[in-house]
Amino acid sequence: MNEEIIIAGFGGQGVLSLGKILAYSGMMQQMEVSWMPSYGPEMRGGTANVTVILSDERISSPILKQYDTAIILNQQSMDKFESSVKPGGILIYDSNGITRHPQRKDIQIYVIDAASESAKMSSTKTFNMIVLGAYLKIKPVVTIENVIKGLKSSLPERHHHLIPENEEAIKRGMEYIKKVA
Amino acid sequence: MGEKKLMKGNEAFAEAAIRSGCDAYFGYPITPQSEVMEYLAAQQPHLRTGMVLLQAESEVAAINMVYGAAGTGKKVMTSSSSPGISLKQEGISYLVGSELPCLILNVVRGGPGLGTIQPSQADYFQSTKGGGHGDYRMIVLAPASVQEMSDFVKLGFDLAFKYRNPVLMLSDGIIGQMMEQVELFEQMPRATEFDQTWATTGKTPDRERNIITSVNLDPAVQERHNHKLQAKYQKMQQEEVRYESFDCEDADYLLIAYGCSARICQKSVKLARAKGIKAGLLRPITLFPFPTVEIKRLAGKVKGMMAVELSAGQMVEDVRLAVDGRVQVAFYGRMGGMVHSPEEVVDALIKHFSIG
Repeated sequence: MNEEIIIAGFGGQGVLSLGKILAYSGMMQQMEVSWMPSYGPEMRGGTANVTVILSDERISSPILKQYDTAIILNQQSMDKFESSVKPGGILIYDSNGITRHPQRKDIQIYVIDAASESAKMSSTKTFNMIVLGAYLKIKPVVTIENVIKGLKSSLPERHHHLIPENEEAIKRGMEYIKKVA
Repeated sequence: MGEKKLMKGNEAFAEAAIRSGCDAYFGYPITPQSEVMEYLAAQQPHLRTGMVLLQAESEVAAINMVYGAAGTGKKVMTSSSSPGISLKQEGISYLVGSELPCLILNVVRGGPGLGTIQPSQADYFQSTKGGGHGDYRMIVLAPASVQEMSDFVKLGFDLAFKYRNPVLMLSDGIIGQMMEQVELFEQMPRATEFDQTWATTGKTPDRERNIITSVNLDPAVQERHNHKLQAKYQKMQQEEVRYESFDCEDADYLLIAYGCSARICQKSVKLARAKGIKAGLLRPITLFPFPTVEIKRLAGKVKGMMAVELSAGQMVEDVRLAVDGRVQVAFYGRMGGMVHSPEEVVDALIKHFSIG
């Protein structure tokens, strides 16, 4: 197994945390993992992206040009990364704020309205976990049990009471993801 | 061994510092290595091992604090990124001249000047050819993973005390910022086992006073001192060369890359082989001493070599010296914080050597 993922969106959407939780979950499942952020002056409002690789083998380059899966959470990222999905690969996006929808015919495209779904939950901060759930429905690279274990080891203990809500968000994501093309 | 953690390279370096039994860290924050001091501050190393953590008023102050503490035989370190390392160069030259051990980390960013905060390997010349003044060398270790950001702290201190010379870890924004699994080594005692009979710890009646200095007013004495230093560098070249080989033995074309670029090139080798091009990769782990002998040996076996660096081409000069005209040595690299993809490297290899 070798899964190369780019997650891209606005700073503040939880892009880097989503990647981190995936990496932790992979580690719980005895995989090799790497997490490479676009770092820089990209706090709230700017663009942020992270490359996550989960593999059964030693990971070579943490920097990639093409991805098995792209998770795209704003228009700038769509413009930048739609063309980077490998033929036959997967693109998952949140349609909120997207004016130019993906056009590729040689990839599988899914939509998850995570922004509007998270607005229905007690905290909109569950946004990135809804996206994670959507992704895991399509590519079950890690089990939910290992995601929860990953959350436990990546979150400080004072936030552990939020884990059930995050689990709920993952389940909603799994439920609401739709295939577009 | 045991404990496996998911950490950034900078964090692994900082954790390894505490575990190595380091006595003190002196530094000044700069991106992309600010996590080193952030992590140390959060860990409160004074409570864990008694290690001193001090944010100096500048890089110049930090390196001179290293000088002072190293002179007392303590195991001390500093870290910075390119512009900050430039500021430390005078102090590094003094440390070498005074034969003081210490560990220095450079998490390189794009230059020259303040440049960018993104990854670069443009400080190779500065690191391996003497960034400060005078005829001197340092052992330069180039980590290519988060694991090595931890392991090389232990190795670096061992080598620094073995040779009584600073050791430089030459990292970059990718290795510093990325997270990978790391297996941390066990906590080591702070009381150092290294020979410290040279240290200025207070004169006792049974010995002459120890003097830590880099000034010799008599040129004959200075020349003798220089011969002694040069003998150390020769010993390093005989005993401390380290490198890693990937698919070199049957290779027609050899990539040579270190640090993050070596990680990228590992994928390039796989991509090239999938296209039927027999590529291999030699990764120098020590940039000084450079794996000259191994590169010279491989020069007799391959059709061409290509150095791949995030710079305009610096290490490539050492490759050409090793090869001595036996085989064509090409270069490919991006600059200023831009990073080449594995595919770009393969395309460059095909173009340079008109393969296929």
